[in-house]
Parts: sequence; structure tokens; C-alpha cells
Amino acid sequence: MDSNLFPEGVTRCGLPKFMLWLTLVSAVLLWGVYAAVQVFMYGIGVTGLDNYFGFGLWITFDLAVIALGAGAFFTGFLKYILKIDQLKNIVNLAVILGFLCYSGAMLILTMDIGQPIRAWFGYWHPNVHSMLTEVIFCITCYCTVLIIEFIPLVLEQKQLNKIPFLHHFAHHLHVNMALFAGIGTFLSTFHQGSLGGMYGVMFGRPYAYREGFFIWPWTFFLFVLSAVGSGPVFTVLVCTLIEKMTGKKLVEYKVKALMGKIAGTMLCVYMFFKIIDTWAWAVGYLPSVGLTFEQMFHGNIYGQWLLWTELGLCGILPAIMLISPAIKNNPSLLYTAAILDCIGISINRYVFTVQTIAIPVMPFDSWQMYAPNWAEWATSLMICAYGVLVLSLCYRYLPVFPQEVKLNKK
Amino acid sequence: MQHIEFDTKWTMVVDIDKCTGCGACMVSCQAENNIAPMEQGSNKLKTLTWLLVYELNNGKDFPNREVAYLPRPCMQCGHPACVPVCPVVATTKDEEGGIVSQIYPRCIGCRYCMAACPYHARYFGWLDPVWPGGMDKALSPTTSTRPRGVVEKCNFCHSRLLNARERARNEGMDPNKLPDGWYKPACLEGCPTGAISFGDSKNPEHKVHELIKDPNAFRILESIGMEPQVYYISRRDWVREQSDNHLAEDKH
Ligand code: SF4
Ligand code: SF4
Repeated sequence: MDSNLFPEGVTRCGLPKFMLWLTLVSAVLLWGVYAAVQVFMYGIGVTGLDNYFGFGLWITFDLAVIALGAGAFFTGFLKYILKIDQLKNIVNLAVILGFLCYSGAMLILTMDIGQPIRAWFGYWHPNVHSMLTEVIFCITCYCTVLIIEFIPLVLEQKQLNKIPFLHHFAHHLHVNMALFAGIGTFLSTFHQGSLGGMYGVMFGRPYAYREGFFIWPWTFFLFVLSAVGSGPVFTVLVCTLIEKMTGKKLVEYKVKALMGKIAGTMLCVYMFFKIIDTWAWAVGYLPSVGLTFEQMFHGNIYGQWLLWTELGLCGILPAIMLISPAIKNNPSLLYTAAILDCIGISINRYVFTVQTIAIPVMPFDSWQMYAPNWAEWATSLMICAYGVLVLSLCYRYLPVFPQEVKLNKK
Repeated sequence: MQHIEFDTKWTMVVDIDKCTGCGACMVSCQAENNIAPMEQGSNKLKTLTWLLVYELNNGKDFPNREVAYLPRPCMQCGHPACVPVCPVVATTKDEEGGIVSQIYPRCIGCRYCMAACPYHARYFGWLDPVWPGGMDKALSPTTSTRPRGVVEKCNFCHSRLLNARERARNEGMDPNKLPDGWYKPACLEGCPTGAISFGDSKNPEHKVHELIKDPNAFRILESIGMEPQVYYISRRDWVREQSDNHLAEDKH
């Protein structure tokens, strides 16, 4: 029925089936909207956050999706600035994912701050010493850049593209894409970094505090590296998931392996510095404030296993897997490594957010437990549902995958 | 960040050996600063308790067990962790006397300052404040109430400082050189045992000037270097030892 809206030369499932899918996704979305309304009406007291855990699931979720959304700026940088041409086959998806991750994170933030209508104060009364000010600036500007990068793709929709004005407009944006990719890279690098810096400057919190380089604590650089070491493989994973669900080939395996190699290389660099950082923190900084490495962990949910999983199973292992040609060229091993990589980065964001504030810093204080409640889960899932919804529409109606027609020729 | 110094340094000294943990200071603080009672007070982690009394013990079992009580207001740090992180300059330390201020109408409620403060001195208004049964008629006229969604904290009853300064001006005295005892926070007034002393530690005429030199005086978390303006005194070693994290080898 809607087949004349499909991209040139492709096939899609029937409209009723697609509608059923959208209904399922929308149900999750609506549950989240209900929670969001509660939050806006009654305040964030309805969540599981409390005076110890001012930061919780929302911030963890934000940081994780922003890191995984780094595929957008990094792939854009490699494609448009370093001119790695093969990446043109996946860059559209990377841009859409980046847009979804960033806009999703911003939606969560409007709920997460206690005074959403004052969100713009970050521009009006900026504190130049605060890493969060840098985050506010870069995240909003970068989101705008992502919208600009996303628009030409929407305009390439078959029917829209027949309108001469829109066609030319899209063309002009395309021609200037290197410029936007450049700005995006700059903005995104900075705020990925300042998200790390946000934790690294908290000198009252020994789990997160790091000395550093000029005004930037080490975590600034570690966050940038970990984001570029995981973003590209997240894009690959999403692409593969769409392929599995639709039963089509969308991107040549060679391109995926290349993305894996790029992420793997960056992950190796990241792990190198992360291990040195952890070592210096454990044997140098912690004793200087009278604490030991063992004191940073507690019970199961704050156990050392988190650190070892992050560094070993979900760090060193996928880094090695992604750079070894034999493994990288085997799809299931590549995907396994990619999943481990993404899990590792998410653990990192979780411990920096939750473990950091769960640790008793005053000697007579005690460990605190935090469990997100339904309102936080529902709103976080709402963002996932929003992502799935937009992605489904993009896949159905926009020419996202340039290789699709060729790869699916019977 | 550089350490900010002023000519006046409002300082609180709490004698832990005198504190009985009665909580009168907490109640005085709630009343003075218009802190609404919680509708559901069972969740202690969502309350607004600008001043919180901690219970300390010597880790031994009965009959050798000893307890001590440690009231914790905002430390008004000389090197505050909360100030540099605030994205919108809603909290600053720039007024004579060194009280760390909190500007409620500017706070966006991001709670970064709460994450940064290791003393847990900052509190977030999780829910709308409700004043039951005509209680709103008994609100302090000098202190603002806060909407939900902003961070609040102890400010050494700043409105009382303003009152004391005004009184000094009226009496033809220097408002920046208040005599000892002119400016008293509510917790001090509420304390039945006289455990709390307050004054300008830089002014030799104020009692706290000497008190902070007491060999048994200490501050919490000295090793992190936040330079609190709240001191504690205890003649008991096990209490002083809990002021900071000491590695086993340098335990005294
Ligand atoms: S005790 Fe906490 S809230 Fe008070 S000044 Fe120090 S860091 Fe800031
Ligand atoms: S919660 Fe308010 S005071 Fe605290 S850092 Fe955010 S804006 Fe600043």
C-alpha cells in the first residue's frame, strides 16, 4: 500500500505486519510517557533516586548511549575527513544512531534535572569552571549538527526528492557534509571528554577523582577513547540486528569488519591507558588519601568482579579479538567481541556513576544501595522504544543502506 | 581552584563530648529554615535534613561499647567540592565570612553538587513541600521557602547574619566586625548542652578563635584538603580517629 514510498528497488514487509510491529513498540513508548508525565507532575521524588544517589540509572543510561552513539561522529570523521570511502555504506546508519542516542539522552536529561524550564541557564549563567557547562554546550550544539546531518537523508526519500527545491537543498547539505562532520567531531570529542571530566574532577570522591593534564583529569581522555572504541561496533551490531530481523543483507561484511578493526584499534589504545590509570589510582592516589584498593569495593553489586569484567572479559579480550584478522573475519566472533565491548563500556559508565557515590568517604559513613524503580526503567525504555520506532521508519522509507539493492539481487 | 580567604571566617565548633544526640539542633534548623515536614518520613534518604546527627561508636561490644554523636551541617568548605562543578553558578563562595551560598532561583537541579560533596551536606527537594494544617502561618518570615527540584543546604542561618549586620549598622558599628555572640545560628540556640560554639575564627575576640587551636580539635576528611569551616572537639582518641581515613600503618 505504501510501496511507492519505499526507496528505489527494495522490498519491505506488508503494511499490516509493519503496523503490528509499530504497535508493540508504541506500547512500551506509552508506558514510558506515562512515567514521564508522573515525573513532570510530581517531581523526581517518584523515582528511586535519593539524597545519596542524585545520579542513578538515568545518568548511567545517558552516558552509555552517548558513548555508543559515538559511532556517528567517529565514522563521520573517518568518512568525510580521512576519506575512508568504504564507510559510506554504513555512515547513514551511524548518523541516525548518533541522532537517536543524543536526542534520547537529551530527553532523559529534561526529566533528570529538577527544573527543566531552567535548562537554558547553562547558556545564560555559565560557570566556565564546570565540566557540566562544557557538556551542556557541546551536547546541544552537537545534537543540532546531527539534525543537520540527518536532514539530507530524510529529503532523499523517493517522493520528497522529486520536489526540485528539496532535492537541491539536500544536495547542498551533502556537499558541505565534511564541514559538519568536522564541527561534529570537535564538539563530540569535547563533550565525550567532559563527561569523563565531570567525574574526574570530583576530588571529594576517591573512586572517580583523577589528577590530569592541565584542567583535564585523565578520565577526560579515557572517556573519549572508550567512546570511539565502542561506538563503531555498536553501529555494526544494530545493523546486524536489522539484517536478522528483516532477513536482508544491508551492509557488506567487509565494511563491518573494517568498523570492527577501527573500534578494536581504539579499544587497544584505550585499554592501554585505562590499565595504567587504574594502576596509578590504586597504588598512588588512594593511599595518599588513606584508602586502599579493597575499600573501593563491597559485596556483590559493588564487587571487584565489576572491575575485572570491565578490564578483562569486556576490555582486553574484545580488543584482541577485534584486531586479530582471523577472528574479525568470522561474523559470530566479531559480533561476540562487539557485544563484550559495548557491555564493558556500559559497566564503566555504571561504576563511575553509581559506585562513585555509593562508597562511604567519611569513615563513619556506610555503603549505600541504589535500585532504580519503575519510573526510571519505564522512561529509559521509552527512549529505547523511541529509537526503535524512528529506526524502523527510517529503514522502511529512507535510502539508508546504499548496498541493499545490490546485496539482495536474486 | 584557588583557596578563597576573607577577613572574616564564620566558624562552627562542636564539642562532641558534650553532644547527647538529642536532635534539638536538627529540629531548630528545620523550623528556622522553613523545611517542610515530609509527608512520608519513613524514607530517610529523601528527607531534607540540612543538619544531620550521625551516631559514631568505638566498634566494641557491650559493656565496652561507647557512642558519640556528630552533628553535620554544611562544612562551608574553604575549598568546596560543590562550587566549581555547578554549571550555572547557583552556588558560590564569594561573600565576606566564607559562607557557601545557594541561589535557589538559579539552580537547575542537576544534582552534580550533591555527587561532588563527600559530606552529604546537600539535599534535593524531591517532592513539592506541603505545609499541613495551617503550618504555613508559622513560617520564618526571613527565610525563603524552596520549590521542589532545587538543591538546598545549610547556610549557617544566613538570614541571621543579615539581621546581625543590620543591628550593628543601626547601632553605628562596623557590620563586618560583629562582636562575639551577635550572630548565632538556630542550631546553637537550640542546643541544650552548649555543645555548639560559633563565631569568627579570625577575630581574637571571638571564643572560636581559641577553640580551633585546642589540641583535641579536628576537622573531617583533612586529607582531601577541603578546608572545612566546621571543627569538632573530642578528648576521646577513637572519636578523633574517625575524622579521616587512615591506612592501617599510619594509625596513631
Ligand atoms: S560541605 Fe559539601 S556542600 Fe558544604 S561547602 Fe563543602 S562541599 Fe559544599
Ligand atoms: S543542582 Fe543546582 S546548585 Fe547543584 S550543581 Fe546543579 S545547578 Fe548547581
